Amino acid sequence: MTHEDTDTLEHIGRKPPNKLEKWLGTETYRALKGLVTNPVSLAGFLLLGMFILVAIFAPVLAPPPFPDDPYTIPRDGYNPVPKPPGTEWGVRPPPLPFWWEPLTGKDNWIHIMGTTSGQWDIYYGVVWGTRTSLFVGLSITAVVAIIGVILGSISAYYGGAVDMILMRVVEVFVAFPFLPAAMTLSAILTPVIGRGLFAPMVAMMFFGWTGFARLVRSDVLSVKQREYVLAAKVIGVRDGRIMFRHILPNAIYPTLVMVSMRIGSYAISFAGLSFLGIGADIGYADWGQLLAFARDWMTQLSTYWYIIIFPGVALVLFVLSWNLVGDALRDILDPRMQGSR
Amino acid sequence: MVNYVIRRLMMVPLILFGVTLLIFGMLQFLSPVERSALYVREFPKNERALDALIKQYGLDQPVYVQYWTWLVGHKNPNTGEVNGGILRGDFGYSRTASQPVVDMIKHRFPATVELALWALIPVVTGGVFLGVIAAVNHNKPIDHISRIFGIVGWSFPDFVLGLLLIMIFYAKLGWLPPGRVSDWANQVVMSPEFRNYTQMITVDALLNLRFDVFWDALKHLILPIITLSYLWWALQMRVTRSSMLETLRQDYITTARSKGVAEKTVIRKHALPNALMPVVTLAGGTVLGLLSGVVIVEVIFNYPGIGSAFAAAAVQLDIITVLAFTLLNSLIMVLAYVVIDVLYAYIDPRVRLD
Repeated sequence: MTHEDTDTLEHIGRKPPNKLEKWLGTETYRALKGLVTNPVSLAGFLLLGMFILVAIFAPVLAPPPFPDDPYTIPRDGYNPVPKPPGTEWGVRPPPLPFWWEPLTGKDNWIHIMGTTSGQWDIYYGVVWGTRTSLFVGLSITAVVAIIGVILGSISAYYGGAVDMILMRVVEVFVAFPFLPAAMTLSAILTPVIGRGLFAPMVAMMFFGWTGFARLVRSDVLSVKQREYVLAAKVIGVRDGRIMFRHILPNAIYPTLVMVSMRIGSYAISFAGLSFLGIGADIGYADWGQLLAFARDWMTQLSTYWYIIIFPGVALVLFVLSWNLVGDALRDILDPRMQGSR
Repeated sequence: MVNYVIRRLMMVPLILFGVTLLIFGMLQFLSPVERSALYVREFPKNERALDALIKQYGLDQPVYVQYWTWLVGHKNPNTGEVNGGILRGDFGYSRTASQPVVDMIKHRFPATVELALWALIPVVTGGVFLGVIAAVNHNKPIDHISRIFGIVGWSFPDFVLGLLLIMIFYAKLGWLPPGRVSDWANQVVMSPEFRNYTQMITVDALLNLRFDVFWDALKHLILPIITLSYLWWALQMRVTRSSMLETLRQDYITTARSKGVAEKTVIRKHALPNALMPVVTLAGGTVLGLLSGVVIVEVIFNYPGIGSAFAAAAVQLDIITVLAFTLLNSLIMVLAYVVIDVLYAYIDPRVRLD
């Protein structure tokens, strides 16, 4: 790099690229730098980190009574009347976590967040439900994004009849409102693959990929027009290599924003399905399940507020964390937004 | 314009064909016995009669024959009586409602339409209103508050908000009860003097000049409407805000201002129509979201529409009913997309010339 080059770079207000920037590429470097310096995304990352920690340390925070089956919420009898936070465990309390006695000086385990009707412990449900939400959100989004990226880029790259057919298929799928469609397929799959997380997850994957396919298609279409792609074609680079090395890396950023947003929204949809009574068995650690117990006491929710507040806050913060990260990412990647913040 | 509409309408049969294929495909997960509910109310207990039934309705025939029967119905060669056939509007028998699915839909549809009609104006205008206010007051406190609402609202699941609203306005304050009408009002509605013109209680109450019943029914609708619409307020607010900010930076806005047009007129007449373009593209997603939202809202607020019937059927794995609702939903959607596309082409000439 000559002296003049650095001069021009400084003139337009840019420092010469450092090592990290060279290694990552300008765009990735800018995105990452934006993510760690933007207060909005920082807040999102902090929240997210908290949920990941809770998920990792779930066995420490809420030691399960049956380690083989940690996702079944322990229950304290069968009384239909919920118990408020702080009530002592009555019947067969689960093992006391080691931090409880030094922290509070008490040697009896309590219902930290109260119980639902039927005496399911809310604290256990919220802690172990973090794992469920992360698992469900991440795996559905991963599958759906991969399907969408593959179909979307095939559609855009080959165009013509392939594109025409694939896009008509997408149009058929988007004629189904997501939640009712997922409910339908999940109800159909439940007798086939059994009750559990998988029927609703498969159903959501089946109806979820269209958003990604459309997004990737439009982004690939715009990148495809650029001259360097034509140049690659001229020198005889294979289709697959052009697609994965040259086009996709330049078209992937809007997809990343969508991934972040979708993880949260799939967590909502999944919780919504369990709230309606579709999905895992009653008593499975999942925030939607806990919220569903509120339906037993609609008229007295102001007394039994803890049934909706604790799992509700957990769900809202979880979704919020992904949306904050996605939102910040979008602002950083949108050149029109630069300098306007 | 006419050309565009015709081209757009030509796609509809193709999409509908795809939709029926998908639904019929899902139907194939059921056993032939379960599928016989498409044609008969109750299936016999003994095995021989079951086999005869399956034979009679061709449920052991190749898939394409079954698909055709599913579409047009099964004609009994002896009596000439036709059973089933979704094109005839016969979706079979609902196990959960113990009546033909069509009857249940007819019975429950007015309540859902009533909810949807009332929610329409808040859904369509609320977010735009907030977005314009935020953009006009760019970087002022009101803008920041709206932006926070935009992202927090979008992260708030509708069933959590619905439960919170019930907790506050029903369980705590006792102002706004769930359900469709109070018991006393229901008695009025059921009484012979009260004439049901539309089956929509708010409308009928007005036509019968029973303002007390109208007010009661409206009180039951307020929380469901808020729960249905706030998500779209959050989304539209964000889109309107950023699009409005961009429009306000355009040269023609500066021109309008410099020639002395009042700021109010600049915003309403010059900026807003152009800024609304991206908002219109949200319409399809909004209708989709409302069809999803109706299910959750009707369940939470114990509202007797098709959404709650659908949820009940899904929980009890009454697939015949569930698939009928799904078909209805996608019919509504296909129709909505046509309307939205034509509307969009009308607003934006670039679309129809493409």
